[in-house]
Amino acid sequence: MAVPRVVSTRFGAGGEKHRHKPEHDRERAAVLNLVRKIIRVGRVTEPHDADPAPLEGVVAATADRLHGSVQVRQVDAGSCNGCEAEFSAAFGPVYDVERFGVRLVASPRHADVLVVTGPVTKNMAEPLVKTFEATPGPKLVIALGDCARNCGVFAGGYGVAGAVADIVPVDIEVPGCPPSPDAIVAALRQIAGR
Amino acid sequence: MSLTGTAVALLQVVLTIAAAPFLVGVMRLIRARLEGRVGPPIVQPWRDLRKLLGKDRMVSDNTGWVFSIAPLVLLASATLVAGIVPFLSTKSALDQVGDLFAVVYLLLLGTVFLSLAGLDAGTAFGGMGSSRAMTITAIAEPTVLVAIFALSVSTGSSNLGSIVAATLAHPATAASPESLLAFAALAVVTIAETGRIPVDNPNTHLELTMIHEAMVLEYSGPDLALIELAAHLRLVVFLGLLSNLFVPWGIATTAQPLQLLGAAVAVAVKIVVLAAVIAIVEVFMAKVRLFRVPELLAASFVLAFLAVTASFFLA
Repeated sequence: MAVPRVVSTRFGAGGEKHRHKPEHDRERAAVLNLVRKIIRVGRVTEPHDADPAPLEGVVAATADRLHGSVQVRQVDAGSCNGCEAEFSAAFGPVYDVERFGVRLVASPRHADVLVVTGPVTKNMAEPLVKTFEATPGPKLVIALGDCARNCGVFAGGYGVAGAVADIVPVDIEVPGCPPSPDAIVAALRQIAGR
Repeated sequence: MSLTGTAVALLQVVLTIAAAPFLVGVMRLIRARLEGRVGPPIVQPWRDLRKLLGKDRMVSDNTGWVFSIAPLVLLASATLVAGIVPFLSTKSALDQVGDLFAVVYLLLLGTVFLSLAGLDAGTAFGGMGSSRAMTITAIAEPTVLVAIFALSVSTGSSNLGSIVAATLAHPATAASPESLLAFAALAVVTIAETGRIPVDNPNTHLELTMIHEAMVLEYSGPDLALIELAAHLRLVVFLGLLSNLFVPWGIATTAQPLQLLGAAVAVAVKIVVLAAVIAIVEVFMAKVRLFRVPELLAASFVLAFLAVTASFFLA
């Protein structure tokens, strides 16, 4: 959208008498632009599929105990950030996984689900274990992306300690390099049960 | 202490606790809608609390008793204040202790315990959050006191019920300069104390910018549920205080059930309107830098000071 051009009158005729702050105009224009944009764009979230596929066994029992409230802590154990880009898209306006009761949190103590990305590097193996231990139960671990599942293209690398399942118990795997936000939303909806 | 007064106080506490998580849900929903998202349902904060109560409680070996009792003190003080503040009726059983100073310092008690708890675990971010919370509280507290003086001077009492009753008796005082200035000052303090943008961001995941969140990083399960519920309660209490002190119309002056029902609806509408305004403003604003927060609070102190000056000279 075209931003209205702001003409400073500070050095214009009579500018010294009626000092006009251009930055105020710019702020007002920005707020008005935002209001216009909110009204024009409306809702961008895409409609969701009917129901998530049900989970099975122990994982389903754990997910049940969360009562449709899923707090997620994301751990980057050595990822290339491709999975992170898709993961953050899942929380954006288009996929809006928050409408299913999923929320990102800042501490493993607040978390129900650990989302781990990347092959686990030697330096991140211990922090990953510590994060897992700091998370109160009932808890679930999602291995996000091919690297987290089987080290992907980094398998056998000198800095790689192993796949996520080699370090902490994994409950749900999301394949893809990187997985699409749709797949991430589907996995989180399974846990939320909505 | 009359029986109906006790009933009013109890009703007030129950209603506030039941409604507080919904209010947070409404604010999150408004923000989500303005951001083009669908947003979580408004019962989501209640779902979160129910789940947290069923989770394991994890306590670090490095913590002491302060860490354990802080959530209880925080929730107890917020609950007590929810009973004291005249939300429904000016005839509450706790009216004798319904003093503005008592309310302010009960809320401060919770803040102080939470800050101590942030220090107790010995983590870097907890200490940082506590130090920031104390900085803000130290600057916000004089503002609250001075703004209160402005309200008490015209009434001749710092009793909440009396102030509300006086405004009801003389509606013109609600639009007086001292009242408007004190409202502006208390509004800024409310935003600072409840940890909303532009002072603190309740949705942040960035430890370096946190204030409230940084102090509670170590809490888990039921403890976290208590802290979250207390934080929701404090939001309702602050907004309710702000609305009923300055716009008291609708509040019951007796303890008749019908009047109380009307008062509950009136105060709910007022609080939701205030909360909606905060949520909408938050969409258009970024959190200010920490070092600029004192400037904001100093400005609110000036407003409070002008309010108390005006109340002395214009009364």
